[in-house]
Amino acid sequence: MATVTTSDGLADATGIATHAAETPGMPQLNFDHWGNQIFWLILALIATYLILSRVALPRIGAVLAERQGTITNDIAAAEDLKVKAQEAEAAYDKALIDARAEAQQIVAQAKADMQADLDAEMAKADAEIAAQVAESEKAIAEIRAGAMENVQAVAKDTAEALVIALGGTADATTVDAAVDARMKG
Amino acid sequence: MATTTEGAETGGLEFHPMDQFIVSPLFGDDASVAWYTITNATFWMALAVLATFALLVLGSARRSVVPGRMQSVAELAYGFIHKMVEDICGKEGLKFFPYIMTLFMFIVMANFLGLIPTAFTPTSHFAVTVVLALAVFITVTVVGFVKNGAAFLSLFWVSSAPLALRPVLAIIELISYFVRPVSHSIRLAGNVMAGHAVIKVFAGFAAIAVISPVSVVAITAMYGLEVLVAFIQAYVFTILTCVYLKDALHPAH
Repeated sequence: MATVTTSDGLADATGIATHAAETPGMPQLNFDHWGNQIFWLILALIATYLILSRVALPRIGAVLAERQGTITNDIAAAEDLKVKAQEAEAAYDKALIDARAEAQQIVAQAKADMQADLDAEMAKADAEIAAQVAESEKAIAEIRAGAMENVQAVAKDTAEALVIALGGTADATTVDAAVDARMKG
Repeated sequence: MATTTEGAETGGLEFHPMDQFIVSPLFGDDASVAWYTITNATFWMALAVLATFALLVLGSARRSVVPGRMQSVAELAYGFIHKMVEDICGKEGLKFFPYIMTLFMFIVMANFLGLIPTAFTPTSHFAVTVVLALAVFITVTVVGFVKNGAAFLSLFWVSSAPLALRPVLAIIELISYFVRPVSHSIRLAGNVMAGHAVIKVFAGFAAIAVISPVSVVAITAMYGLEVLVAFIQAYVFTILTCVYLKDALHPAH
């Protein structure tokens, strides 16, 4: 190869022709070198295969599987947490509804109690009022009866006086009877 | 010769696009290459193995659940090939995952390292790609017969075709089956070699001052394309391996 330099200005065609005299035009077709390349190629392939199958591929495969596992676990955990959050929310809502119902119940209870107290007080007040009314009516009736008697007495006296004034003789029992009859009538 | 005079006139334009593929010993002055000689091919293959080791072993050394940069790339490569094998070959194909991953990592690393200027690209050599393709071919054939016995031959007997056509199709299928390692290997080496050679040709033109800016732009564009090709060819080689393996696991058409 080194002997076929074209430093003397030979064109490439001539150079290749000279080349061909020693080695084929394409170095690829120089079969003298095939053995060497095949030998080293097989060594290189075996080395690569051993490196890959013993170390690199199992390791990378494991890393990828581990990552897949981690991702799957994380997704599952996230799913779990989501469910838990939903449960918590439901519990919170339920507590809220319960509390509200209880509050309403308490309000109703209080209302009912107050109503009952009020009713009792009202009944008591009504009874007192009724008693006082009855008492007053009784007093009024007494007063009225008293007044009636007085009116009768005044009427009898007035009638006696009238009879005397008119020149008659006032017989007390007659006058009384006449007045009573008038007042009844 | 006309070419000789032309070459002399253009100020000694010299094209050696294929010199970058020459296998030469790394140490010593002796230019002869025996099968055990440590050559530039050895060196760059070793670098590919080291790069694979660095990415997949050192990159994942921390085993972090939240990956760093290197580990992300390592996991990306793992997931990429793992999914490819699973999608194409099915669950039972995952047994071959380390094997397919080995092929992919070696090819992709060799391709990318070969893009370093002055580098040697192992995958540009038929010696390398033929071994890779034959390894796939032999594996697929052996797996096919071990898994399915004689039923593996149903791969060549297209039962959905009319009976009269089947013998003809069988011959075509048989030929296409045996052409697989050829296309498999030449596709990879050819693509890688062509790209590298074209870059070298453009670089040769850079010797002419007027053309050199165009040449530099062209080299840049080609380099970008080559970065793409480096990955795509590794991908294509791997996915074809998966497809062939699928044939071995499920030979029915």
